[in-house]
Amino acid sequence: MILAQQLILGVLVGGLYGLAAAGLSLTFGVLRVLNVAHGELLMLGGYGTFWLFALWQFDPFLSLLGVGPALFVLGLVLYWALFQFVVRAHEETRIKNSLLIGFGLTLVFHSLAIRLWTADERAVTTDYAGAVLKVGIFAVPIVRLASLALAFVVLAALHLFLGKARWGRAIRATAEDWEAAALMGIPVGRVYLLAFALGTALAGVAGGLVSVSYSISPSIGLEWTLKALIVVVLAGLGSLFGSFAGGIVLGLAEATSVVFLGGPYREVVGLVLFLAILLVRPQGLFGSRG
Amino acid sequence: MLEVERLEVSYGALAALHGVSVTVRPGEMVALVGPNGAGKSTLLKAIAGLLAPRAGAIRFEGKPVSAEPPQQIVERGVALVPEGRRLFARMTVRDNLELGAFTKRAQKERRARLERVYNIFPRLFERERQLAGSLSGGEQQMLALGRALMGLPRLLLLDEPSLGLAPRIVESIFSILAELHREGMSLLIVEQNIQAVLTLAERAYILARGAPS
Ligand SMILES: Nc1ncnc2c1ncn2[C@@H]1O[C@H](COP(=O)(O)OP(=O)(O)O)[C@@H](O)[C@H]1O
Ligand SMILES: [Mg+2]
Repeated sequence: MILAQQLILGVLVGGLYGLAAAGLSLTFGVLRVLNVAHGELLMLGGYGTFWLFALWQFDPFLSLLGVGPALFVLGLVLYWALFQFVVRAHEETRIKNSLLIGFGLTLVFHSLAIRLWTADERAVTTDYAGAVLKVGIFAVPIVRLASLALAFVVLAALHLFLGKARWGRAIRATAEDWEAAALMGIPVGRVYLLAFALGTALAGVAGGLVSVSYSISPSIGLEWTLKALIVVVLAGLGSLFGSFAGGIVLGLAEATSVVFLGGPYREVVGLVLFLAILLVRPQGLFGSRG
Repeated sequence: MLEVERLEVSYGALAALHGVSVTVRPGEMVALVGPNGAGKSTLLKAIAGLLAPRAGAIRFEGKPVSAEPPQQIVERGVALVPEGRRLFARMTVRDNLELGAFTKRAQKERRARLERVYNIFPRLFERERQLAGSLSGGEQQMLALGRALMGLPRLLLLDEPSLGLAPRIVESIFSILAELHREGMSLLIVEQNIQAVLTLAERAYILARGAPS
């Protein structure tokens, strides 16, 4: 009974893990850079949503329509100011340089957030925040359910864009072979810019949903980067729905561990899963390549 | 059409081309042969804009291209079918072809062009929805060629189009190239299969160790 209730909550949080991972997976898959500040970008999206609500009572779900584009623009700026110089290097150098820049950004955003907004934990509490959907004996928090649904919708929209749109196809082609993409007349630099900005926007939307369903503080970044990384390893690169499913697997694993091992092991189980997958199936559960 | 003058290209400290000159006149089919490692692929990549020359000049239709990024060169009408085909293996045949028409100029005529390519390669139409990676070697080369044609090139650069293919398929690829040539396309072909290419080409260059000979 407790297990089933926990598993429901696990699925709900897992959708957000998936959304956070999708953004990281997109930038990594296309640019071959690892943005360890992904969680901080998520944190910024969370604060955006929080302040829109706290100051002007904007509905948090509607705010995403503003927070997403705002983070998209931040992504454009970060790429233009920093990451465009990283992608000019060869692949191994790229990863190293992107780690350095990412850790730098992590520090900057973290201290900036403390400065501006204090280290307090915050959450968006709307009128409907406490609403619960009763399914038999189980209680499903409405906002978390809505967050899960929205995460799915966002990923589905992105999936359609990557599959059908001209620039979406260009992103996939560049991810597979940037030289061949350049030979098609695809401006690879602009594809990188677009993919990075999209990844940042995804982080922002995920952060907004976190601020409604859970809570945010300046220090949540690392935790979310870690979750996203675990899911990327779980799911492999290249599939958005793989990320979504991987997120849910992580959520379920955490829920199970909470029931059987107790709360403190929640964070450990993800790492154990991470190592196990690396050992057994380095291409990920759903991936076809590493 | 294409003039390459005393071109020098190097990989880091390693010089791959030192002073190569090649000319392709409008409507001409020119072969480029030479041993492995001579720098043939390097030359084609430099023309396509993937490698920046250290010295020398590349002109297409009278205007220099050596300072332009690859997408600009494609836009102007030069397409490279690279060594090893370099298809987008995890995308469908149709998606690969659509990507071939990415440039503004090619976008406009995409529909008609797709029909044309499917006419030349009915096999590609049959496999439209299959992943490019699942095609046979011959079909992959057809797709690589079809994808390049989608970009409406006036000069087609081909890097070893017959590599690893059965003789019967090589024959059909070459007959298609001959057909394109008859229609007025300019071609520069790198080939190991010297016999096949020399019967078609008007002229040939021999490249040995990064220098003309
Ligand atoms: N990416 C690269 N990095 C370093 N050296 C390279 C690279 N590509 C080719 N070379 C070198 O440049 C020379 C010419 O290579 P290439 O143009 O591929 O010759 P070909 O196509 O005639 O076989 C060779 O010595 C090769 O080892
Ligand atoms: Mg070669």
